[in-house]
Amino acid sequence: MAREKMSLLRPSTALRRRYRRDRLFLLAGRLAVLASFSTIGLIFLAILYTSLPAFTQSCIRLPVHFEETAFSDENIDRANYDLLVAQALARVIPGVTDPGEKADLLGMMSPGAAWQLQRMVDSNPKRIGTVEQLWLPANADIDMLRKGKFDRTTPERLRRLSRLQLKWYDQLNAEGRIKRHFNRVFFTASNSTEAELAGIYGAVKGSLLTMFITLVLSFPLGAGTAIYLQEFAPRNRLTTTINVTISNLAAVPPILYGLLGLAVFINLFHLPRATPLVAGMVLSLMTFPTIIMASRNALAAVPRSVCDAALALGASRMQSITHHILPAAMPGILTGTLLGLAQAFGECAPLLMLGMVAFVGNVPAGITDPATVLPMQIYLWADNPGQGFPEKTAAAIVIMMLFLVIVNTVVLWLRRKFENSHPHTS
Amino acid sequence: MKNFILFLVLLVSATPCFAQSQRRTISIVGSSTMYPFAALVGEYFTRTTGNLSPHIESTGSGSGFKRFCAGSGLQYPDITNASRLMTSEERATCLANGVTEIVKMKIGRDGIVLATSRTRPKLNLTLQDIYLALAMQVPDPENRQRLIANPYSRWQQINSALPNITIHVYGPPPTSGTRDAFDSLVMERGAMTFPLLRKMKKENPAEFKQVANRMREDGRWVNAGENDSFIVQKLKTNPDACGIFGFSFLKQNEENLQAASLNGFSPDPANIADGKYPVSRSLFLYVKKQNSSMVSGLPAYLKEFTSQRASGKRGYLAHRGMIPLSAREQQINRERVTSMQKK
Repeated sequence: MAREKMSLLRPSTALRRRYRRDRLFLLAGRLAVLASFSTIGLIFLAILYTSLPAFTQSCIRLPVHFEETAFSDENIDRANYDLLVAQALARVIPGVTDPGEKADLLGMMSPGAAWQLQRMVDSNPKRIGTVEQLWLPANADIDMLRKGKFDRTTPERLRRLSRLQLKWYDQLNAEGRIKRHFNRVFFTASNSTEAELAGIYGAVKGSLLTMFITLVLSFPLGAGTAIYLQEFAPRNRLTTTINVTISNLAAVPPILYGLLGLAVFINLFHLPRATPLVAGMVLSLMTFPTIIMASRNALAAVPRSVCDAALALGASRMQSITHHILPAAMPGILTGTLLGLAQAFGECAPLLMLGMVAFVGNVPAGITDPATVLPMQIYLWADNPGQGFPEKTAAAIVIMMLFLVIVNTVVLWLRRKFENSHPHTS
Repeated sequence: MKNFILFLVLLVSATPCFAQSQRRTISIVGSSTMYPFAALVGEYFTRTTGNLSPHIESTGSGSGFKRFCAGSGLQYPDITNASRLMTSEERATCLANGVTEIVKMKIGRDGIVLATSRTRPKLNLTLQDIYLALAMQVPDPENRQRLIANPYSRWQQINSALPNITIHVYGPPPTSGTRDAFDSLVMERGAMTFPLLRKMKKENPAEFKQVANRMREDGRWVNAGENDSFIVQKLKTNPDACGIFGFSFLKQNEENLQAASLNGFSPDPANIADGKYPVSRSLFLYVKKQNSSMVSGLPAYLKEFTSQRASGKRGYLAHRGMIPLSAREQQINRERVTSMQKK
């Protein structure tokens, strides 16, 4: 059998085959990247598209007369305000007398309409006796109708809006009294049983307070432990055991931290349930091992020569660490911390045990107020069968992703900043 | 750095001091059927009185009682919602833990429905049909005097008038009050239609309970967790399946779901209120009176819950699917709340 002639000008078949494999591998890699990117893109776009209606709210413009007679009673309760809304509606749509039809007419408005009037009067009692044209929130069904998500062809018996309500809607719409406004409530309110009044701010603030506690507890402890273990601790059986334990802790399922928190913080210490304080303490236990491990790796990556040089020039051990090693290791430590926090931010499981799957209608004022967190809010809304909640759920997911993008951008920025000022490790 | 360490030490050592003597938020646990009602009342209460919103967890009636009866301090819930009565064991636990002053309030009624997708014909079932479809052991169709493992896989096999679709039912787990009511109102009454099981109930009640309440385990009955919305979602995606949940969830999803009629009566508010629809139960609030002086807003919350605009005939709770009490029962509730406030 004749051997193929070798030539430097013409690649051999074997070489060509190898090159082809290279190209195939490259192609496969590119396809994989493309597939994953398009899947993520598709999911993100789908969520974004679903969430869009949640950022606007349909309002109805009504002439509200704050009549003095309605406030003659010293005890200002809600019945008055419902009446004000009903009277304003009757001015726009006159001639409704049947009590059932009247209830249907008032049912087109959100209960938030009356609450808004109450707030306005409480903040400025001088309003009493005046007439104002106000945009008041419509209820979720009208809102869906305005957003084109209501099927008018459904038989009336099964429809959530009656024939009359549709007629009134068309009449109001023709008069230009129904408009979609930017949904400010969504960014300033806490959870509500009415989709049109539910907001994300309560959960966002709960999450931020929780993260604050987590950061305050786990960062100094984690970084300190890492410095001790890496720089000071002798290498013996005890420290080896500690190291192994820490690595194992990082692999413990989060729900167990929740059980621990329930047993120790709530049942033993009697800390208030469902508060950012307890949640932050539990989550800091969870992020603690992640921070230690990331920090130790970062510290180990700083060249010994830096430390030796400092020691040779007369610095103490502590000085060499705080002045030289720590700044150089800082990007790694911060990255580890923020990634641990990002993980804790999206964590649901341990908080289930602490009573955070709950209805909380107020924005929490401090770390000892009952609160819920973003992932919990998403879970609760996803679970709500009411009109308008699927959109709220998607909007909450968008907000949550936005926060994660911000955290990751901060990580990148911090890395850049520290790498530029302390170029030891690069 | 030193200051920071000092701060940490202080924070850690100060934690036990957070045990409070006053609480600004009401803590509520219990039934998942009652959860949306409790939250709705909580919202009206918050917006109109200016109190802080109550903290409401949906745990199921059983877990609710367990938490409620664990003690009488501020770290324990003030109210538990229930879709069944407190059992004597639970009451004993409460007493043993120092929860001595419990106020029980009947707040409304609820029907339990067996719902299917609207894309399928409406089911018309008897209690016996349901028992035969779901129990682990049923009387042998050949010889009604002995029990065999449940042989049915399609509704038509049970009753030729029923459609020919597979039996696949999502229902609440044993910790749920809905399940307790379903067991005693449907399964046991369905089982009682057989002479064999009637006899068994007289002679050996424990064995009867075992036979009547044990659900089949071959995948045709699925415990769906304390999560009624999950069941609703499942029915939308799998039109042959049935789901068991409270009437209010049906009302929220009437465009997609329909309820089976039981013994000839469909679950509408009138049939549930006068008891013609066979599967209805009362909804309760259990209030820890000992906490009412330490938790601000507790009496006001109860006042809102029992008010005309909430639990009245045209109230917002009825609008959400709770079946209101008779005017007299409502009046009794209001008087009890007023007497609680005075003390």
